[in-house]
Amino acid sequence: MNHMSYRRRNWRQTVNTFMLGLTAICTMMVVAPLVWILAYVVRQGLPALSLTLLTQLPTPVGVAGGGIANALVGSAMTVGLGLLIAAPVGILAGIYAAMYPNTVLGTSVRFGTDVISGVPSIVMGIFAYTLIVLPQRHFSALSGGIVLSFIMVPTLIRATEEMIRLVPSSLREGSLALGAAEWRTSFSVIVPAAVNGLVTGMMLAIARAAGEAAPMLFTAFGNPFMNTDFGQPVATLPHMIFVYAVSPYNDWHAKAWATALVLITLVLLLNILARLIVWQRARVLGSLK
Amino acid sequence: MQPAIRLQSAATRNASLERDQTLKMSTEALCVLYHDFRAISDVNLPIYAQKITAIIGPSGCGKSTLIRALNRMNDLVHGSRAEGQVYLDGKPLYENNVDVVDVRRRIGMVFQRPNPFPKSIYDNVAYGPRLHGLRRRRDLDDLVEQSLQKAALWGEVKDKLHQSGLSLSGGQQQRLCIARAIAVQPEVILMDEPAAALDPISTLRIEELMHDIVKEYTIVIVTHNMQQAARVSDFTAMMMIDDHRAGSVIEFDATNTIFTNPRDKRTEDYVTGRFG
Amino acid sequence: MLRKTFDHEIQQAKDDMLVLGSMVEQAIVESVEALKKRDLQASEKILAGDRAINKKRFSIESQLMVLIATQQPMAHDLRLLASILEIISELERMGDYAKGIGNINIRMGNEPLLKPLIDVPRMAQKGADMLHRALTAFVNEDVQTARRIPVEDDEVDALYNQVYRELMTFVINDPTTIERANWLLWTAHNLERFADRVTNICERTVFVATGELTEINDTDSEFWKQK
Repeated sequence: MNHMSYRRRNWRQTVNTFMLGLTAICTMMVVAPLVWILAYVVRQGLPALSLTLLTQLPTPVGVAGGGIANALVGSAMTVGLGLLIAAPVGILAGIYAAMYPNTVLGTSVRFGTDVISGVPSIVMGIFAYTLIVLPQRHFSALSGGIVLSFIMVPTLIRATEEMIRLVPSSLREGSLALGAAEWRTSFSVIVPAAVNGLVTGMMLAIARAAGEAAPMLFTAFGNPFMNTDFGQPVATLPHMIFVYAVSPYNDWHAKAWATALVLITLVLLLNILARLIVWQRARVLGSLK
Repeated sequence: MQPAIRLQSAATRNASLERDQTLKMSTEALCVLYHDFRAISDVNLPIYAQKITAIIGPSGCGKSTLIRALNRMNDLVHGSRAEGQVYLDGKPLYENNVDVVDVRRRIGMVFQRPNPFPKSIYDNVAYGPRLHGLRRRRDLDDLVEQSLQKAALWGEVKDKLHQSGLSLSGGQQQRLCIARAIAVQPEVILMDEPAAALDPISTLRIEELMHDIVKEYTIVIVTHNMQQAARVSDFTAMMMIDDHRAGSVIEFDATNTIFTNPRDKRTEDYVTGRFG
Repeated sequence: MLRKTFDHEIQQAKDDMLVLGSMVEQAIVESVEALKKRDLQASEKILAGDRAINKKRFSIESQLMVLIATQQPMAHDLRLLASILEIISELERMGDYAKGIGNINIRMGNEPLLKPLIDVPRMAQKGADMLHRALTAFVNEDVQTARRIPVEDDEVDALYNQVYRELMTFVINDPTTIERANWLLWTAHNLERFADRVTNICERTVFVATGELTEINDTDSEFWKQK
């Protein structure tokens, strides 16, 4: 190479290194707070984490011990109910939006999804309060489940639509060419092909809903005792964090951190699981392309 | 401009050859339009029973559109419309009271890229029959075995029927798709460039398979590989686009004639590779 | 234009065929000249020349095989290449006729001719001329000319008839001349067959141009029915 090329190459390499460094710094700026939060939660919460915490009911003020068993059950109830309502609606709507994207209904579904996912969850809570709690005259796990379903539906629709879109159109053609009707094709070929992705979508929705505290204030309301009746108020994990955190007691603060740790761990696990499934599924379907 | 071929023109060459054939399908002044764009125009194509008819022509001349019009797969394209008529055993297919699902059962299709379902090999082949009401395990087993035998795939998969259809090689996947199509017991099998995505050996396997099954089915194949059309088909239709970018059939004849002494200069230019 | 290389190679094959044709034309005329002049050395050269003709024919044939295998000729190209294969085979046999005449000359050795050769050289000239025009018509795909040339075969047949009668007269008058008469008759026979083969070449011209494979002017049987 002549000396001109050397100069050019050096310049190129300098710019390269500089840009690489810049992007690395930006990445770290984004990741650092996340790591910091996680580390902080782990540090604060791990000491208070114990089997007792997970299996016992809360104790009254001043009494040591106690746990969040009722919150675990309550979260399971509300999220479970939410999923039960949101899953059929979300998945079917997602299928429709994916298969008929250019129709009025299809575009409305997508537009509606965007709008709903932009509504603050506390507003959802107030909405459910007005719609369900007031007429019923008491807080309940039922209303908690319903509000969570509102929150989960956009996630489910979005995830379903994307997973269905991932399925190659050649599968649809293949089924139709065998003499199958459209609905048959959807349910016998396309949905099964996308089913792992749908499960992923559900996990993502659960992860989101499990962490919603604000709507719970207006619906499930919290309950110091174990409760399995949907018609009654029930404790949930995010709600317990709030209650413990704003209290003036130190050991309750510790419990708040521990509960936060439990919640974050659950959400993290669900997210990781969801991503693994999507990656694996895309690889398998990718062999069709 | 060359006029489109009419069925009556069988009186010119090879009249005796075409006289001995039964007409399984035919098109009459068939046009396919996408919104306002006329993709194919005024096609009159005979498809003879238990014979292989090839459709050849340069890229973009409407071959795929034509073959898809035969089993109404074009209906799935938003904005497409057909004019003229397609007949199966003398009965029109583009009519309001026609059951499209049944049409597609009687006229099967194999696509360019193998598209097995992400199900087991068994379920892939059994999908069609189950769709049309066959439920008994024993009957399904027999039908699956028969179809895989006809597709020359049974020997290779009989011990792994439960494995995913996607675990097979490209050539095997395409034969699986053929078995799947055969399983619904169609009368006509349409093949849209079935070997385009395959290696030469798999291609020859598929061609041999076509020779074996043509005794029971009528086959129409679209191919851009002229040598394949020459090797495999009994009749060949040559398509070309006109000045308005609509495709039409400019010549139809016995394959031997098309490749040794075609009538139309454009056909001659195309088969000798001097087109363009 | 697509397939420039292929077209170039087809042109080459045609040119080689023409070269082979002119070798054969030359051979038939010279072989009769040598016989007329009793030039034994010239006849030896004819024999050597025949080996060159055979070699050339095989070389063209292998070129064409390669072309057919690698270029997948169709329609007109296919008819053309198949016809050239057929024609060079005919040319090779026509070359053998010239060789046969050369052999006859050498066999006769120092014996004098039975009679001065007049009709026989005319047959040779006519045959060579017909061949030349037939090959030209082939490369030009001139169907009209190709259909007319076979008619001239009648002239050659008439000349053969005449030679036959003359020689028979000789033999009847003087049976000792039978050997020399035989040789001359054989020479004339070769030339008559030479002209017949030109007809095959003309049939090929029609085939390449139109795709029809038929016999032209099948008047030979008429000839043999006359006495």
